[in-house]
Amino acid sequence: MSELQTTKTNEPGGLLKWVDDRYPLIDTWNKHVAQYYAPKNFNFWYFFGSFALLTLVIMIVSGIWLTMSYKPDAELAFNSVEYIMRDVEWGWLIRYIHTTGASAFFIVIYLHMTRALLYGSYKEPRELVWLIGMLIFVVLMAEAFFGYMLPWGQMSYWGAQVIIGLFSTIPFVGPELAVWIRGDFIISDATLNRFFALHVIALPLVLVILVFMHIVALHKVGSNNPDGIDIKKHKDENGVPLDGIAFHPYYTVKDSFGAVLFLIFFAVIVFYAPDGGGHFIEAPNFEPADPLKTPDHIAPVWYFTPFYAILRAVPEPFLGVVAMGLSIAVLFAMPWLDRCKVRSIRYRGNSYKILLAILFISFIVLGVLGALPSTPLYTKLAQVFTILYFAFFIILPFTSAHEKTKPVPERVTA
Amino acid sequence: MSETKVIETPNLKRRQVLAGATGVVGAVGAAFVAVPFVGYWKPSERAQAAGAPANADVSQMQPGQMITVNWRGMPVWVVRRTPAMLEQLTELDDVVRDPMSNNSVQPDYAKNLTRSIKPEYLVVVGICTHLGCSPLYRPAPNSPDMAAGWRGGFFCPCHGSSFDLAGRVFRSVPAPSNLDVPIHSYLSETVIRIGEEVEEGDLA
Repeated sequence: MSELQTTKTNEPGGLLKWVDDRYPLIDTWNKHVAQYYAPKNFNFWYFFGSFALLTLVIMIVSGIWLTMSYKPDAELAFNSVEYIMRDVEWGWLIRYIHTTGASAFFIVIYLHMTRALLYGSYKEPRELVWLIGMLIFVVLMAEAFFGYMLPWGQMSYWGAQVIIGLFSTIPFVGPELAVWIRGDFIISDATLNRFFALHVIALPLVLVILVFMHIVALHKVGSNNPDGIDIKKHKDENGVPLDGIAFHPYYTVKDSFGAVLFLIFFAVIVFYAPDGGGHFIEAPNFEPADPLKTPDHIAPVWYFTPFYAILRAVPEPFLGVVAMGLSIAVLFAMPWLDRCKVRSIRYRGNSYKILLAILFISFIVLGVLGALPSTPLYTKLAQVFTILYFAFFIILPFTSAHEKTKPVPERVTA
Repeated sequence: MSETKVIETPNLKRRQVLAGATGVVGAVGAAFVAVPFVGYWKPSERAQAAGAPANADVSQMQPGQMITVNWRGMPVWVVRRTPAMLEQLTELDDVVRDPMSNNSVQPDYAKNLTRSIKPEYLVVVGICTHLGCSPLYRPAPNSPDMAAGWRGGFFCPCHGSSFDLAGRVFRSVPAPSNLDVPIHSYLSETVIRIGEEVEEGDLA
């Protein structure tokens, strides 16, 4: 109804009309922006989706610029990165934007996923939004891994050695699979060259498609909100949800304001702490890769450390790989493991709050342990917190089915 | 118009047959096309040549001599051990960290006291398991350039790790495990194939 009225009152003319007769420009704009009604009670947590999109754009643009001077060749790669840092005008800035962007991407994505766990955004009818989002997360991890290899520093090389080594632990086919992935019997130029292809073409393409699908799926079912209630239940005479506000101008303005704050933080890191205290770029990566010299301590970049800690916690290598894979795979099952009808943590029982606290604490502790050298004590701790991490997913289906929830309001609250 | 041209009613059944046939042919085609795309990732001819197994001819070796063979860019040592050297190994069980090589890298057939297929010939990767330097061969006990009490073996000048003549790491040195033993086999009595396990007389 309202669509008809708007198009009538805002009949376009000139070039816009010429385009709109041939391309659904105004329809698309209205459907996804101007007349996409999002709940009006979005809070701080709802910034991270748009920040993730912004980071993706930053990464693609800075990445394209980096490829203009980078050489994907085992002989040249390390020096070409140093060349970008020292000789290319503004090269250091473009590179630090890209390396900081990688960590920023994971900070934003982890907070975005936390939001989903807090407010039940993965629950019916948003299961596909969650599943596509999880796929984005997995592809992003692969993208980050391949990217970290490209500078061909010591940590690039030995990190890749460890990760590709994981595949060789698979029974029967493992060693051959690892050779196939490397394209050589050791990590070499062939490996670097193919990882470059995957990093700059294949995975970014997949990422962009998945992000597009993530948003299409979201706009089909509508955004969740901190109260976890369905705003489509109460609509006005035009079919507009009473608790909804148009994405444009309300959330475009909110997100733009947030983006400015985000970029200020981002710039502070880029200019004053581009290596993130050794966490965004690890010290051994300032040395060229040397296949004959293992660094004292091999640790992945911070965003992989929780999973790496799980890997090391299991004594048998192949089972460790399985546990690490499972720790990511179980997240896909969240919409079905959580059987509580109430979405938001605001109205859920204590059991979920306690379980979620255990999950977050284990994830952070594992993240710290994964960055430290393994000692018998740390290994024990990692084992305890690995069990706690999985306990969340094992206990949840039982407690969530009979959870004591609070009454959920009809309309969104402040 | 309708007088000259009659549009047939769409035949859905026919579409299904066509779609099915196209699907099957397409799937077979996709499977064939996958072969080059997957095969492209395998080690190229150049990589295979560089990573090919290496032969070590031990026919000219004197007792106690060591030769170095280049395999996949790594130095692989072959040592012809004397009976005295082998005898000494049992005495060292208490001073090496991993006497039976439980926490070290080697094929199952080299997981024994002498860390070898034939006790006489030791085949190890000549890279220190600490930080990847290449240790020195000092087979004689109390070598003049070594510290007093040297028992004979390998010494890494970088950080002082030392290994006995089976590549077993001594206690209280930085290296965590014994020297790696690569997969290897005997092509004949006098030719060792490094990097491949073949039956004796198979290739020669």
